[in-house]
Amino acid sequence: MLSIPELQKISSQVRRDVIRMIHAVASGHPGASLGCADFFTVLYFDIMKPDPSHFSVDGIGEDLFFLSNGHLSACWYSVMAHYGYFDTKELGTFRKLGSRLQGHPATEERLPGIRVASGSLGQGLSVAIGAALAKRLNKDDHLVYCLTGDGELEEGQNWEALMFAAARKVDNIIAVVDYNGQQIDGPVDKVLPLGNLRAKMEAFDWQVFEMDGNDIHEIVKIMSSAKAATRKEKPVMILMKTHMGAGVDFMLDKHEWHGSPPNDEQAKLALAQLEETSGDF
Amino acid sequence: MKEYLNTGSKDTRSGFGEALNELGKQNPNVVALCADLIGSLKMEAFVKNFPDRFFQVGIAEANMMGIAAGLTIGGKIPFTGTFANFSTGRVYDQIRQSIAYSNKNVKICASHAGITLGEDGATHQMLEDIGLMKMLPNITVVNTCDFNQTKAATIAISKHQGPVYLRFGRPKVPNFTSADQSFIIGQAVMLNEGHDVSVFATGHLVWNALEAAKILEEQGISVEVINIHTIKPLDRLSILQSVKKTGCVVSAEEHMRNGGLGDSIAQLLAIEMPTPMEMVAVDDHFGESGKPEELMKKFHLEPDDIVNAVKKVISRRK
Repeated sequence: MLSIPELQKISSQVRRDVIRMIHAVASGHPGASLGCADFFTVLYFDIMKPDPSHFSVDGIGEDLFFLSNGHLSACWYSVMAHYGYFDTKELGTFRKLGSRLQGHPATEERLPGIRVASGSLGQGLSVAIGAALAKRLNKDDHLVYCLTGDGELEEGQNWEALMFAAARKVDNIIAVVDYNGQQIDGPVDKVLPLGNLRAKMEAFDWQVFEMDGNDIHEIVKIMSSAKAATRKEKPVMILMKTHMGAGVDFMLDKHEWHGSPPNDEQAKLALAQLEETSGDF
Repeated sequence: MKEYLNTGSKDTRSGFGEALNELGKQNPNVVALCADLIGSLKMEAFVKNFPDRFFQVGIAEANMMGIAAGLTIGGKIPFTGTFANFSTGRVYDQIRQSIAYSNKNVKICASHAGITLGEDGATHQMLEDIGLMKMLPNITVVNTCDFNQTKAATIAISKHQGPVYLRFGRPKVPNFTSADQSFIIGQAVMLNEGHDVSVFATGHLVWNALEAAKILEEQGISVEVINIHTIKPLDRLSILQSVKKTGCVVSAEEHMRNGGLGDSIAQLLAIEMPTPMEMVAVDDHFGESGKPEELMKKFHLEPDDIVNAVKKVISRRK
């Protein structure tokens, strides 16, 4: 088991990777990738701990993760590479022609670790629920995790999925909402306010946890509590407060960094704030 | 001309329902999902016999497609059931990303396709589904002609690895193919050999093509009738072989002309073997309420319409 400082070192390197990957091709989505670096790090290195040497799409006998908000691809790829699914050198191919690291995650190029394409928003939770049902049918007692954005909840399919999971008592799933309050056109509260999200989720009969997604200590703690809350005939939801652009001061909480790459000067400034802990790819 | 006997009209959707129940017995990995249309899709037997493997998702087709994609992760073979409209147009992006691009082993089973669902009218009369589905890479598109063939196709697609769109309908139509046929995806079925014209038909129009061939034979025109039950992948070889012999073509389908079987064949012929062709299909028009037989007449999908198309195309042949 890794210590909190060790996890922090990994997430710092992941943030560097995110900046370098997106800067290299002048394209990508740095904001939420930086915001969720701590969560992804804890999820793989401390919570799920899947076997990266024997990846299978079916994932029988291990926990599964689905990224619904596929534009966080840079962060996910970096964490998977550091975890051992593929060489970190491959991060340098991100978004380039012929790469397995597509702009948004895809299965077509057979990158280990990915089980379904995502990017068009609102679909991941349904897929994760389907995978959780398959686990139930297979009498596989591992869990299914899913990350969605908060702006993404504006897609109606999410609410179909939320209703279904509770009605069918899908209790082997933990859905995490990246509750950073930002989306492309501005703060979620201005674009389309979500209202009292916790109350809505509870009204949909989910068990709801809240956590600070930029505090590794808290992520470890709350994720463990959420795991303990599974298999109680109710699906589990974590509203994860994060800061878009976390780790880079001039990107912090700014929706403008949803999908804008840093220029040379900005990349330099950002990297100066992020410690290189295990070597850049 | 070879005789085909209607052994008793039945709806194609019942062929699907019967086969699904058989699959339930044969393969423990087969699961089924429905969006509040169990009776319409004839899924009652599966629901009753395999309740643990059936998922009622309610009127939420987008969620159904996503859950189906997820169920394949873990080795399940999900069959989704709803009307053709809600199986395709309503959920196009879900199919595109979570099923087709992700190459998931989902069987999208669609009833009430075309205009023959009748009185419900154009909102439910899906005439664009073949086009929508065939444009997506990785998807196999099947449109069956009668009860027996729908049953055989349902069994066959369960053994095919990859996403499939299976299209069938609501009304009772002649059941004339063999009950013990072997259904091979992508392999056209020669129903009647002829030498004056090739008629390529799919779905409910296959029977009408046979009826037309009978009329034409009495007038001294020899019609080759081929059932193209798989629109994608298209049986290019069978089509080209037949056209090489006859030199003119009629396609027949209960679908929009744009995007249907006819335009797949036209595309093939334009590149490989330019040939005079007529298309019996709905011509850029929504359907409307009415009895199925009234609609088939109004939208020019009857045997007589195929007869007229054959005469026209023969007259165009040099």
